[in-house]
Amino acid sequence: MSAPALHPPITGRPVPGAEVEILAQIGSRFPDKVRDPSVVRPRVLKITIDRADLVEVARYLKDVLGFEHLSCVTAVDWKDHFESVYHLSNWYNGTILQVNAHIPYDDPRIDSLVPLWNAANYHEREAWDLMGVVYEGHPNLERILLPKDFKFHPLRKEFAQEVDRQYISRRKLKGGK
Amino acid sequence: MGPQHPMTHGLWNMRVQVDGETITDAAPEIGYLHRGYEKIMEVREFQKNVVLTDRLCYVSSITWSHAYCLAVEKMMGIDVPDRAKWMRVISLELQRVASHLMWLAAFGPDLGLLTGLLWALRERELFLDLIQVMAGARMNQNYPRIGGVRNDFPENFDAMCRRSIEHFREKLVEYRKLFHDSKVFHMRTRGVGRISTADAIDWGVTGPNLRACGVNVDLRRLDPYESYEDVDFEPQVWKGREGGDSYARFICRFNELEESCGIILQAFEKMPKDGAFRVKPPRRAEGEGFARTEDSRGEALFYVCGDGDDRPYRVKIRSPVFCTMAATPIMLRGNKLADVVAILGSIDVCVGEMDK
Repeated sequence: MSAPALHPPITGRPVPGAEVEILAQIGSRFPDKVRDPSVVRPRVLKITIDRADLVEVARYLKDVLGFEHLSCVTAVDWKDHFESVYHLSNWYNGTILQVNAHIPYDDPRIDSLVPLWNAANYHEREAWDLMGVVYEGHPNLERILLPKDFKFHPLRKEFAQEVDRQYISRRKLKGGK
Repeated sequence: MGPQHPMTHGLWNMRVQVDGETITDAAPEIGYLHRGYEKIMEVREFQKNVVLTDRLCYVSSITWSHAYCLAVEKMMGIDVPDRAKWMRVISLELQRVASHLMWLAAFGPDLGLLTGLLWALRERELFLDLIQVMAGARMNQNYPRIGGVRNDFPENFDAMCRRSIEHFREKLVEYRKLFHDSKVFHMRTRGVGRISTADAIDWGVTGPNLRACGVNVDLRRLDPYESYEDVDFEPQVWKGREGGDSYARFICRFNELEESCGIILQAFEKMPKDGAFRVKPPRRAEGEGFARTEDSRGEALFYVCGDGDDRPYRVKIRSPVFCTMAATPIMLRGNKLADVVAILGSIDVCVGEMDK
């Protein structure tokens, strides 16, 4: 904890209204780097950033706003671009923040968050393994779930799988789609 | 150690580097049970994926399919009826007790305490019977639905639960004598597999393993979902000095057994006696949504994207064991080789959800 004075002890109870305050702080610190910040539902926030600003924003979120727990790193293939989605939890007031970082399709690279959270280590390895997004600066970017000699990134949409339904649904029998 | 080793409780490998008897380094090797869940779920309709998520972890099916349903509901923007929320709370807690008893049954033999296996599995039957009466199956129940639960409780279900819990509470006294009062048990678990609070948070350890470090984080309390806001319960946190070892993890899990029983009894008193238990969800959905729940092993998070089809575009499963596994080298370093089972047994590994 770099700024202990800012953070109260972990009480295990949510702090009402914390999400609005956090959103205001993010908005005033990064007025032009953070796009469409919003409160999705109580205790849940969402922001979108550019991949170049990831480490700077994440460091601020961790050190100043107390998002000390990295829940999850997801890579999503939107066919024309990738998205790396980070879920950051705050143990002090119970909020969780979703950060979407845009990655171009032909250059799937983004900075690694391992220097900030060791938890990112396995998540980023998994995202690289299954989706093929390169996390630059990762200490050990190897396949984790699939065999080491596997040649593909199976969660990409171009990786074929049997998409037809394996039976004829009642809807289809009636002439529906 | 592994992939076929009595301590693995599944199929995974732990590479351990030793200097004499002392562990200098360790590296988990996982993926033996990878079934490509996230890819399979992309071609099945929202509702059908509940069957798949049941099988993520055979020990705690309901908590996993519930987390998935919750995430899809957040994406679709559905509100679950009040009664269904309480029914989910009850089914989740029944499942949590069954899951913790399965862990206890595995942890006992890890330490050579075979009585623990027999006793815990015997009492687990009580709760599996309740789940069978409720959902029709002992395991892989397919009980939660997007928008509620599958079926209403059977008649007199509250009386059945009360009777079983009353009996189980008597047994818990015996358990205390078997585990807590055993000198050998203390010697095997105290002070081994220690992880500091800062490391645990940094590596993403959650659930009872994090609470064993003295961090008061229980998502049922910190980020309440369903009806947990109205339930009066105490998150089980290690309160003594020097937590974070195998013994603290054992204590936190063990105390949750009693706590979950209390939640079940409370829920029966507080839940509305009648009303809808399910709403019809829309068939197609667009957008993104996620939900995190307190699984029996830690924080379970589902992130679901939809592109307007009747199937999810992308599903991400955040498994608590996957993250805890990343921290096991820290717990193992400096301990003796014989303590590996005492450490890995206490973090409650479930390979099905870890490898997805």
